[in-house]
Amino acid sequence: MILVWFLAILIGGGLLAWVASRWNRELPRWIALAASSANLILLLAFAASAPAGEAGKPGLWLAEFNTPWIPSFGVHFHLAIDGLSLLLLGLTFFVGALAALVSWTQIREQVGFYYFNLLWILAGITGVFMALDLFLFYFFWEVMLVPMYFLIGIWGHENRVYAAFKFFLFTQASGLLMFLAILALYFIHGQNTGSYTFDYSELLGTELSGTAATWLMLGFLAAFLVKLPAVPFHSWLPDAHTQAPTAGSVVLAGLLLKTGAYGILRFAIPLFPEAARQFAPVAMALGAISIIYGAKLAFAQNNLKRLVAYTSVSHMGFVLLGAFAFNVIAYQGVVMQLLAHGISTSALFIITGYIQERLHTRDISQMGGLWKAMPGMGAVALLFAMASLGLPGLGNFVAEFLALLGAWQAAPLWAAVAALGLIFSSAYALWMVQRALHGPPPEKATLPRLNVREWLVMGSMVGLIFWLGLYPGPILNSADGPIRTILAPASTETGPPEMDEEQGLLLPEHENTTKTTKLD
Amino acid sequence: MTIQDFRNILPLLIIAAASVLLLVLIAARRNHRLACWLAGLALAGAFATSLFPSGTMPQAVGGLLAIDGFSLFYSALLSAAGLVVVLLSYPYLQPLREQMEEYYVLILLAVLGAVILAASRHFASFFLGLELLSASLYALIGYLVKSRDRSVEAGVKYLILAAASAAFLLFGMALVYFETGVLGFSDIGVHLAQAGALSPLAIAGFGLIIVGIGFKLALVPFHMWAADVYEGAPAPVSALVATVSKGGVVALLLRFYNEAGGYQFPSLTLLFALFAAASMLGGNLLALLQDNVKRILAYSSIAHLGYLAVAFLAGGKMGAGAATFYLVAYFVTILGAFGIVAHLSSGEEEAERVSDYRALFWRRPWAAAAFTAMLLSLAGIPLTAGFMGKFYIAAAGVEGGLWALLFILVASSVIGLYYYLRIVVAMFSQAEEQKPVKLRLFSGAGLILALLVVALVWLGISPQAMMGWINQWVAG
Repeated sequence: MILVWFLAILIGGGLLAWVASRWNRELPRWIALAASSANLILLLAFAASAPAGEAGKPGLWLAEFNTPWIPSFGVHFHLAIDGLSLLLLGLTFFVGALAALVSWTQIREQVGFYYFNLLWILAGITGVFMALDLFLFYFFWEVMLVPMYFLIGIWGHENRVYAAFKFFLFTQASGLLMFLAILALYFIHGQNTGSYTFDYSELLGTELSGTAATWLMLGFLAAFLVKLPAVPFHSWLPDAHTQAPTAGSVVLAGLLLKTGAYGILRFAIPLFPEAARQFAPVAMALGAISIIYGAKLAFAQNNLKRLVAYTSVSHMGFVLLGAFAFNVIAYQGVVMQLLAHGISTSALFIITGYIQERLHTRDISQMGGLWKAMPGMGAVALLFAMASLGLPGLGNFVAEFLALLGAWQAAPLWAAVAALGLIFSSAYALWMVQRALHGPPPEKATLPRLNVREWLVMGSMVGLIFWLGLYPGPILNSADGPIRTILAPASTETGPPEMDEEQGLLLPEHENTTKTTKLD
Repeated sequence: MTIQDFRNILPLLIIAAASVLLLVLIAARRNHRLACWLAGLALAGAFATSLFPSGTMPQAVGGLLAIDGFSLFYSALLSAAGLVVVLLSYPYLQPLREQMEEYYVLILLAVLGAVILAASRHFASFFLGLELLSASLYALIGYLVKSRDRSVEAGVKYLILAAASAAFLLFGMALVYFETGVLGFSDIGVHLAQAGALSPLAIAGFGLIIVGIGFKLALVPFHMWAADVYEGAPAPVSALVATVSKGGVVALLLRFYNEAGGYQFPSLTLLFALFAAASMLGGNLLALLQDNVKRILAYSSIAHLGYLAVAFLAGGKMGAGAATFYLVAYFVTILGAFGIVAHLSSGEEEAERVSDYRALFWRRPWAAAAFTAMLLSLAGIPLTAGFMGKFYIAAAGVEGGLWALLFILVASSVIGLYYYLRIVVAMFSQAEEQKPVKLRLFSGAGLILALLVVALVWLGISPQAMMGWINQWVAG
């Protein structure tokens, strides 16, 4: 039931924010902040109350909600979360609250409708991370598009309409391909077993011929690779990120891209383990190419937002690389990368937003000397630039190290290529720091320092990125069970041997659990 | 004819009687409000008697009409659509200085023709219904002679093309009759089943009938009239052409094809598949070039009939259900879209250019929000009826294995997004000069539009009830 509350608070909050803007222009932002924070607190309370170690067990849902929705098609309103969803939901609500805080003074027009869109995007993303019915999953997948389109198209920068169109067409076209694949899977499963259902746990292990499995997996991957994004499907991203308002970029980079990664882990690989295995060399190659190519393009940008956008392409390449390495270490790296990238890139976008509010430009060549003008912000910017290049002690290092380590076991060549990406990322990060922060100060020698609200945002992000870097244990534990569940059908050879033993020990145990379904 | 028969065709009788009564009333005293009320009540009565039939079902009435769940469902749908058109027409026509009362007679007759089509099981009633529908539409399209110069042009264009298509249709019927010697749909089916394969003459006959139907549905390549007629006609009449006229023909096509056993013949299926593909692509591509909202909606409706043809081709129980559900969703959406256009227009000056919708959201937020919902439904975005309709069609298509058509459907939907979003973008763009916000009092048309939005969201969130009814009435 708590899962339904997450959605209800965001959807209801969105409607309330829209209506409330008629009475008071300041009310919507408080509503948006309250809704995201309420969800975050609910989630933390839920995580704290869960029995210790529960989150780490494979094949278990921590909470579940299931009710028929369209019975004539076997569609259920089926939500459930495990340790992986729990982490991503935490990220969603945290970044959601930040997005509300970042928009605080930036958005001056149609505030009610703005926060309505923001909260509905969050609702769509929350739904994606919880849905266990493929129809419902697609439903939420599409629900987040329209408000995002409005966010970019109405409150974006000068070229916003073009960027919003491109974003929408790319994601919609690829989403429809996934939808066809979902329908085909539905009918194949129905014809095999006689039960027509979109339920995830029932569709797992559907018997498919090799070609059918490959085509269906490609249908799913079309949607996920565009969202991730992987080269060569990334071209919507720089435009969307650059043109979106700060909160839009934060939500895009911090959350929306993660839905693609989540889709690969939760759906594409477990549903089609054989086909995924065959596709792995291509996917890993795409991941490695994304890392290098994104980093190279980031280096060449003059627009600070565009630069950060391309670093996203590069960082998400590690996710693709790790996801198709099929071993526990790589998957730990993937999960860490999702969280670390969500925080570090959001932080960089927020810093860009702060600079934009003060200097009214995103052009790096017009910056310089910001360190002198705003020492506090300069330090934070340096910190997140270092996080981006993978400095040990910060979250991204743990993530990329684990992903490379795991990828090395599966495909040494692509791991080696990907490791080169770390050099490139040092180059762009240092270059960015050099040009934006050092050098002669801007004409206006003193810029307004960060205020309390801005420090609150930055402080919480700094704390988290250190936590991820220094003490990732709880995260890794929480993700451990889900990772093993995902890997169970996919890996029989390459995983470390102890995994299979544990799998064998644990599986019979949850056949007894009645309140939660198991995945097998 | 027995009393039972009369009870069965009560919806038809109510509409027919109301149109005669209205004519008599006009002879006595002209009153716009009264005419609107009478037409509205008659259509509401037809809607109610279709939903709660007093006779026993299913029942053949005199060899010409079949009163069964299928025809009653469509009769209810068509009457409801007619009712919405009547209610949208009143505020639209009220400020004009024309003689308005006959307009409602014509609407009643058009709905009557469509309902006859939905119930017909014989070439004679098919042709009667079609001509009744067409003849009323000629007059309706050109009705506002004094206020709109383009109306007459559109009416004449429709007259010529519809007459030509009727000639094709009649010739096709004659060929089929020559080949089989019968005129009833099920008799034709029996005959063809015995014959096994289609003779060249029968193929030609069916081909010509399909051409005639294609004209009515404005499938590519028979779509040339659509954009001009939609643009020239008064907005409520455009809504009538897009919904009642097409809905009646779709109902007829479903029954005719099923009873005559059209699915057994690959050549006919291929022909339809080509039309469907051409309509999906052609409709969406041509809409890209338009700058007039009514023309965009015209091409969009061509594309939507193409989608619907995919469900129709999938056949089987699911195909009929999917086609009917899609038609319901399409009715709600397109009535809403034209309703907004009518709401923002008066007969003399229509809000039809995309630029008329610039910054609408800041001037008329509710109208803009409703129009956005309609456009997103046409684009097939979740939370709207259009999404569930497209899901149903895609499901039917996957089950029928129509992969090529489905990929065309996906590609053309993405193209379609572009022009729907263009209107949405225009509505949400910033106004250059801040016009004072015009506060409108709660109006009747506003209520209708609100109801349509509610229906749209209801079908999009909880389609189970409607799917259940369709399964029970249409497919059952």
